[in-house]
Amino acid sequence: MGDNNIDRREFLKRAAKAGIAIGAVTGGAFLLHNRDAVISAGESIAKVKDFRITGDALPQMAIAKGDSPAKIVKAAVEGMGGMKRFVSRGDIVVIKPNIGWDRVPEQAANTNPEVVAETVRLCYDAGAKKVIVTDMSCNDPRRCFFRSGIGKSAKDAGADVQLPKDYKFKKTAIKGEVLNIWPVYTVILEADKIINIPIAKHHNHSTLTLGMKNWYGLLGGRRKDLHQNIHMSIADLAAFIRPTLTIIDAYRILIKNGPQGGSIRDVRMMNTVAVSTDPVAVDAFAATLFDKKPEEIGYIVEAHKRGLGNINYTELQPVLINI
Amino acid sequence: MTKRNILVYFRRISQIFFIILFFYLLFQTEYRGGFTKDITNPIRIDLPVKFFFEIDPLTAISTVISTHSLYKDLILAVVLISATILFGRFFCGWICPMGTLHQVFSAVSPAKKGIKRIESNMGHSNQVIKYYILILFLVAAVFTSLQVGLLDPITFLYRSVTTAILPGLNLSFSFLTDKLNSFDNPYVQRIWDGIYSFTHDYILSFIQLNFHFAWVIGILFLTALLLNRKETRFWCRYICPTGALLGLFSRFSLFGMEKAHDKCTDCNKCLLDCQGADSPQGRVDWKSHECIMCFNCEKVCPEDVIKFKFFPNRASTLTEPNLKRRWITLSGFAGLFIPFFSRGSAEFKTNFNPKLIRPPGALEEAEFLARCIRCAECMKVCPTNALHPTLLEAGIEGIWSPILIPRIGYCEHTCILCSTVCPTGAIRSITDEEKVGSEKVKPIKIGTAFYDRGRCLPWAMAIPCIVCEEHCPTTPKAIWLEEIDVPAPNGKIVRVKRPYINPEVCIGCGICEKVCPLQDQPAVYVTSIGESRSKENQVLLDSSRYKQ
Repeated sequence: MGDNNIDRREFLKRAAKAGIAIGAVTGGAFLLHNRDAVISAGESIAKVKDFRITGDALPQMAIAKGDSPAKIVKAAVEGMGGMKRFVSRGDIVVIKPNIGWDRVPEQAANTNPEVVAETVRLCYDAGAKKVIVTDMSCNDPRRCFFRSGIGKSAKDAGADVQLPKDYKFKKTAIKGEVLNIWPVYTVILEADKIINIPIAKHHNHSTLTLGMKNWYGLLGGRRKDLHQNIHMSIADLAAFIRPTLTIIDAYRILIKNGPQGGSIRDVRMMNTVAVSTDPVAVDAFAATLFDKKPEEIGYIVEAHKRGLGNINYTELQPVLINI
Repeated sequence: MTKRNILVYFRRISQIFFIILFFYLLFQTEYRGGFTKDITNPIRIDLPVKFFFEIDPLTAISTVISTHSLYKDLILAVVLISATILFGRFFCGWICPMGTLHQVFSAVSPAKKGIKRIESNMGHSNQVIKYYILILFLVAAVFTSLQVGLLDPITFLYRSVTTAILPGLNLSFSFLTDKLNSFDNPYVQRIWDGIYSFTHDYILSFIQLNFHFAWVIGILFLTALLLNRKETRFWCRYICPTGALLGLFSRFSLFGMEKAHDKCTDCNKCLLDCQGADSPQGRVDWKSHECIMCFNCEKVCPEDVIKFKFFPNRASTLTEPNLKRRWITLSGFAGLFIPFFSRGSAEFKTNFNPKLIRPPGALEEAEFLARCIRCAECMKVCPTNALHPTLLEAGIEGIWSPILIPRIGYCEHTCILCSTVCPTGAIRSITDEEKVGSEKVKPIKIGTAFYDRGRCLPWAMAIPCIVCEEHCPTTPKAIWLEEIDVPAPNGKIVRVKRPYINPEVCIGCGICEKVCPLQDQPAVYVTSIGESRSKENQVLLDSSRYKQ
């Protein structure tokens, strides 16, 4: 036996090390081994609550006309019985205007900033703890929030104005006909009440963009695909988010080159705001401002068919206010 | 603190101040929103984000050579040149953020220590290479080819951080955000929301930016930093053309070093931390054009051999680099070679590249290349990540100049920010009215959109879509629709709206290409044809183009 031989201690040490190494590799492999061919997402799917208020004794729809955007929205909400009916003390309220485009208020591509600001104030007066104003813009959100005037007016009214952040989207169960699971802006998961404040506009593909179409702005992901089945996907969203209130801003409406417009020649003054707890009825009314019958618009018909509201808005006996 | 230490102390404060200022201005080259101003205020960048380019003497002198005029605030370079005439190459040691970065990378855990470090700081005859690089660039500029930005330190640093470093940082931050979000813990999320808001308000960009072939720029940047392992401030000593230019101006310097040679004991302590390799030690001549005024030598000299003062005795000072006529001639010819070699190649002029969509307000291509230093200010400020550094789209001569890639980002209709931050006027200063057009002024066109009818959903597959038409920002829309009944695969007849382009109205903003749902290869795309800046790259007959 020469010097090449190792002693027993050394032999055991090396053998144990090799054994542990093999064990670690094999154990790790077994632990991570995926026996199913499909890889599971392992992601939680969020659910959204129903934001409607209960009871329907008081008026379900009010329409106000007048020269001041702030005054007519206030009058319309009062015609509905006041904001206290919808917002309780300590509520977190999410207000969803249309802040889709890098346009100024006169171009009527975004919700009127005074309408938004007044709604924020009404919510605070009714005792809301926090009012969040947000939208997922089509153009650069920083420019849209600034040039629409909504950023400043809502902030001045005390709202928490949130630019959309890319990590604030969560896969959510929509369970619709075309939309099943979709990334949705998580702000609606925190909300107690939701108020939808769209502007009424022309839209070449869906005919008009009104209240129910405005929910596109809470979606992330590849929402550009939705155009392939636009009326069904809008109805899906209307079934998914049941808002506390819909306030359609028709102070100025865009009658051509929508939804982003650009020229004030395409804008018509209507000096109108319509408020309702019924998202279908208020869209149906807004369609008449464009001299269209609600039955001409696919998603209004579809939403009515699904029982999400009443296409015959006159049956709601809207309160009419002129100031 | 002794008098000898105080200059080193001030130098460090100055370096920290200017590197922080540089990065602060870089991070703030972005419109970050804000809800305090009234909407009648135009959207602009309020800070003087061009500052470092405007004091850069190489940018000023080379653009004066290539365009025969000094653009706007580039006149600030006069201050720096005058100061260099008084105090020598202090810019490199006291202000230049790239120099500071090199100094840090040289000093932290240095590769060479002791005698090896001293030897590496003795100076090398190859340090003159930077002067030949300068000559090459200036000769090329005479023939209107502006290449200084390739190696100018301010430009190099700004471009590298903007296109290669920050997007990576942003991405790693998003990765962390996703991981923490998955905990679903309200306290973790609240703290993280705070960190997220801070970093996105002051450092990172609003959206994740990604830049075309940024990794090439990133590798060059890392290489420049790693060269400090070979020798302290390798870049500053051998490569930097701006340092070379300042070295030439420093020959007039009133301030400088005086040595008491007889007191020197050859301890070589001065060489240990010498930044410029300018021979501070006794019994040799001091090379004033290499010295960057760090004052480390004066501080450490135990025998008081080295003294910096005004009007020093120049008996043992070399004020000029030892340049060889043969190499000057050669680098001059190389400078001549750049414009004519690259423009002789077919990419330039003889064949317009459809992908060469320049930012709105960009000058005609030859004038543009005579001004663009490839600093990437426009790419940093672009809110939609539309502007990218070219690789070869503008020919080898135009490498890293800005192009618009609509598939990644479109040109925001009312935005003119890139034209407000361009330090040299390669993108001229345009007005809001010019950008969107009015009854009096035609809007600036950067290209024209085209449909690929074989891929477009209504055209090829009887599927409704027209997302492009919805987003088209012009009035009237440049995309118009034909309503038509077409057979669907199931045999039924469906009504679709087929989109067409009106080339008279299209401005080439590319939002249609950006939003087209065909992800890999969009069914509508923009090419550079019809761009306002070119007389030749046109499709429509327009007699007004030929009026002067």
